[in-house]
Amino acid sequence: MAENTTLSAARIPFVVRLSMGFLALFVLFALFGTWLTPYGFRETALMHRLEAPGLFGSGSEYVLGTDARGRDLVARLAVGAQITLLVAVVGTLIGTIFGSLLGLIAAARRGYTEAAIMTAVDVQLSLPIIVVALFVLAMFDNSFTLLVLLIGFTGWEAYARLVRAATLSAKTQGYVTAQRVLGAGAARIYLRHILPNVFNVILVQFTVNLPLTILLETALSFLGLGVQPPMTSLGQIMSEGRDRLLNAWWLTLLPGTLIFLLALSISLVGDWLRDRLDPTLRGRQIA
Amino acid sequence: MTRIILFKTLRAIITLLVAVTLVFLFIRLSGDPAVALAPPDAPPAVIEEYRQRLGLDQPLWTQYLSYIGGMFQGNFGYSIHTGRSAPSLFMDRLPATLLLGLTALGISVVLGVTLGTIAALRHNSAIDRMVMSFSVFAFAMPNFFFGLLVVLTGALVFGVYFGGSGATRSLGQLLAPAATLGLATMGSFARFTRSSLLETLNKPFMTALAARGVPFRRRLLRHAVPNAAIPVVTMLGLSLGGIVAGAVVTEQVFSWPGVGQLLIRSVETRDIAVLQFIVLMIALVMTVTNLLVDLLYLALDPRMRGGRNG
Repeated sequence: MAENTTLSAARIPFVVRLSMGFLALFVLFALFGTWLTPYGFRETALMHRLEAPGLFGSGSEYVLGTDARGRDLVARLAVGAQITLLVAVVGTLIGTIFGSLLGLIAAARRGYTEAAIMTAVDVQLSLPIIVVALFVLAMFDNSFTLLVLLIGFTGWEAYARLVRAATLSAKTQGYVTAQRVLGAGAARIYLRHILPNVFNVILVQFTVNLPLTILLETALSFLGLGVQPPMTSLGQIMSEGRDRLLNAWWLTLLPGTLIFLLALSISLVGDWLRDRLDPTLRGRQIA
Repeated sequence: MTRIILFKTLRAIITLLVAVTLVFLFIRLSGDPAVALAPPDAPPAVIEEYRQRLGLDQPLWTQYLSYIGGMFQGNFGYSIHTGRSAPSLFMDRLPATLLLGLTALGISVVLGVTLGTIAALRHNSAIDRMVMSFSVFAFAMPNFFFGLLVVLTGALVFGVYFGGSGATRSLGQLLAPAATLGLATMGSFARFTRSSLLETLNKPFMTALAARGVPFRRRLLRHAVPNAAIPVVTMLGLSLGGIVAGAVVTEQVFSWPGVGQLLIRSVETRDIAVLQFIVLMIALVMTVTNLLVDLLYLALDPRMRGGRNG
C-alpha cells in the first residue's frame, strides 16, 4: 500500500492517508508488538496486579499497566491484536469466497439452483449473524476453528446477492457473447472473463465486511463466548476488564480504542476505494 | 397485485420453515440431547429414560414431525434450569426489550433522518461533512465499547450508575442504553436519507419544477421528500436486524433485564428449549417485518406493482 501512495500521495485525502498509516502501524504492532516488552502475555505477576499504565505517569514499569493477574497489557494487546486481525481476515476471506461463489453459481445456473441459493439468503436475512453464532456456539463445543468458521459466515448473503446481480448484468455484455461464439466453455467464461469483471464489486464489499467481522468477533469475545482463555483477543481483554471499568480503565479503554480505530480506518479506506473504483458514486459518499 | 402479495407471503413462509428445520437439525446434530439434559453423572438407565421421555428413540423423521406438530400446539419445551416453559420465560423478558428496542429505533429514525436531511440540503458544507463523519463513527464504534464509555461518563461526570439492575427506572436509565443501541442505526439512517434526498434533488423533474417557479419549500416538501422517503422505508426493515443484534450486547453492558440477557444466559447454561424459542421468535419477527416492508414498498411505489416480482 505504501508504495502506491508515494506516486499520487497528493490525490489521496488526508484522512485516508491517516487511516492507511494507522492500519500499517496496527499490523506491525500485531506482528512484532510482543518484542516491545520483556513480559509474556500469559506471564502473571502477583506483586504487580492492576498497576496503572506507566506511560501516564503512574511510575509503574509496565508501560500500559497490568491486569488483575499482573499480566503485562502491552503483550496482551499485541497478542490480542494478532488474534483479532487473524480471525477477521480469515473470516472475511471465507465469507467472500463462499458468498461470491454462490452468487456466481446462482447467476450461471438459474432455475432451481438459483431459487435454493436465494432462499438461503432470505433465511440468513431473517436471523442476525450474532444470533446464529450464539446458537451454534451453545450447541457445539467452543473451539477456535468453529469460531472462525462462524465469523466467516458474516455477510456471505451480501456477496451472494451482489455477485449474482453483477454476473447477470455481465452476462448480457457483448464480450461474453463474443467468447461464447468463439467456442469458450462455461467454466472459462465465468472464471476468466466474468469473475475479473465483477471483482471490483467483491473488493469493495470486502472492505465493508471486514469491520463487521471485527465487530462480531470482539462482541462475541466480550460476551465471553468467543475467543477463550488462555488465548486472548481485543474483545476478550475487554471482557476481563469489564468489571473493573471504574478502577482499572486501561483494561477496557485501551483495547476498545484499538478496535474502534481499526474498524474506522478500514471503513475510511474502503469508502475511498469505492469512490476510486466506481466513478459513478463519486461525491455521493464521504471522500 | 394479489399475485405479488401471495408470492411474497409464500416466500416468507418458506423462509420460516427452512429456519425451523435448520434449528431442529442443529439441535439433533449437536450430540445426544439426553446426555446433555440428564444430570452429569447419571447412570445409563436414567439417560435412557430421558431419551424416551424426549422421544429421542424415534426415527429422525418422526421426531421432526412431532417437533413441528408440538409447535402448532404451543409446545416449545421447558427450561432445564427453572422448569418453566420457554414461552413464559420469553414473555417475562419481552416488555423490557420492546421498551429498549422501540426507544432506540425511535431515537435513531428521528435523529438520523433529520441529520441526513440537513446534510443533503447543505450539501458539501461543514455540517454535511460533520454528519457524514458521524455516520462513519457510528458504524465503526463497537456498541459494547460505546456502552462502557456511557457507563463510565455517567459514573465519573454525572455520578449516575447506568449499569444497575434496572430496579430504579428513570428516563436516564432508559435513554443511556437506548442511545447506545440506536447509535449505529442512526448513522446509517443519516447516510441513507442524505444520499436518497440528494439523488432526488438532482433529478430532472426537480429542475423542471424550479423552472416553473414552484417555491423551494413546496418543491422540497411536496415533491422531493415523498420520492426520497421510499428507499428510507426499506431501511426500517433492514435496521431491525441491527437493533436485535445490538440488543443482545447492549442489554449485557447495561444489565438490562430483557430477551438479549436471557439469550446469553441460555447459551452459557445450554438451556436449549429457551435458546431455540428465542431464535425462532427472532426469525419470525424479522421475516414478518421484511414481508411488511416489501408490501409497504409496493403500496408506496406504483412502479413496483406492474412489473416482474423481485
